[in-house]
Amino acid sequence: MSTAETLTSQAYIQHHLTQMTLGVHPEQGFGFAHSAKEAAEMGFWALNIDTMFFSILLGWLVFSFFRKVAERATAGVPDGAQNFVEAIVDLIDENVRGSFSGKNPMVAPLALTIFVWVFLMNAMDLLPVDLLPWLFGQFMSLFGANPHHVFLRVVPTADPNTTFAMALMVFFTVLYYSVKMKGVGGFLGELTLQPFGVWGMPANIILEGISLLSKPVSLALRLFGNMYAGEMIFILIALMYSGGTVMAVSAGGLQFVWAVFHILIITLQAFIFMVLTVVYLDMAHQTHH
Amino acid sequence: MNFNLTLIGQMISFGVFVWFTMTFVWSPIMKALQDRKAKIAEGLAAAERGHQEKALGEQRALETLKDAKAQAAEILGQANKRASEIVEEAKTDARGEGQRLILSAQAEIEHETNRAREELRQQVATLAIAAAEKILKKEIDVRAHQSIIDDFARQI
Repeated sequence: MSTAETLTSQAYIQHHLTQMTLGVHPEQGFGFAHSAKEAAEMGFWALNIDTMFFSILLGWLVFSFFRKVAERATAGVPDGAQNFVEAIVDLIDENVRGSFSGKNPMVAPLALTIFVWVFLMNAMDLLPVDLLPWLFGQFMSLFGANPHHVFLRVVPTADPNTTFAMALMVFFTVLYYSVKMKGVGGFLGELTLQPFGVWGMPANIILEGISLLSKPVSLALRLFGNMYAGEMIFILIALMYSGGTVMAVSAGGLQFVWAVFHILIITLQAFIFMVLTVVYLDMAHQTHH
Repeated sequence: MNFNLTLIGQMISFGVFVWFTMTFVWSPIMKALQDRKAKIAEGLAAAERGHQEKALGEQRALETLKDAKAQAAEILGQANKRASEIVEEAKTDARGEGQRLILSAQAEIEHETNRAREELRQQVATLAIAAAEKILKKEIDVRAHQSIIDDFARQI
């Protein structure tokens, strides 16, 4: 924690929770935001470079690896890499078969993508909180930047943009298949004619509308909340390192324990996101109600 | 929580990754899995077939063995029968031969006996005559008394 001497605890936390945002500031013009406030002032037309970079890097790494394995996948004796990929594919396939009753070749690959990608993005949480931001700050200071104004958040799923983007894509897919399977009339009927029948239409719309909209929101917020909280706890533990020997030693123990527990959380959250997506899609495919 | 362009960017990345997985990852791996499943099923079926064939072959071998044993026993029995027949035949032959030998020996003996008896008779006759000559101290006309001598000799 090289920044501890020069930063207050609050500033330290704030620093860790600020994205590296590239956009057009109304006063500063085009460039990186120098604080969370500036990033917020950039409005919608700004890009969180760190989130994009790490998510795409992880996705690219893992899916090109999968692609490589798939290219030389044989029906014969599988080697280690193929075995590994097959185990994951088999796990997803089994889960999709269990909870998705319709016929749609797109659901299982979608579930695989979600599980693997979310898992890896979550797993970035297991890196020491200061490691990459500090290295990056030092690196950027070589180019004359003030490391206190260089922000980097390494966990893409702790950025609501990522979780909401995925949840919205899932939501649009659900809407698409709802309309495709039930027809526009069937879908609207489901929204308006139940559970109270024609005369309870306003109540129906409110109930069904909320239940429909709550799906992507809960999907996104659950993942975001878990990852954000996990990251926050790592940051708080990291703060303890500057509190003397006793605090530093107990912080080491705490960090280890929380990291071990976090292994469960990151896997579970990736799995939940995947399973719920499959369940929502299954509901979209059911023509009778 | 400030939403910005990242939302759109992540939606696009997500879409691209899903498309990529769907097109380039999922189907080849599923195909490999299915193929392996088929291959294993085939192998198991072949093993099952082999098993059945082995059992069948064993049974066939057993039957052949049984047949062979039966045949061997039959042949042995026949051979035994033939052997005893031959022995019997040989015995019969030998007995016949022996009988024949005995008969011929008996005939010989008879013949010899008769000859000896005849000779003895002649000699006794001669002796009797000699004795009579000694008793009578005179020549006996052998020719004249031939019938008496013969009669005497016959009584011996």
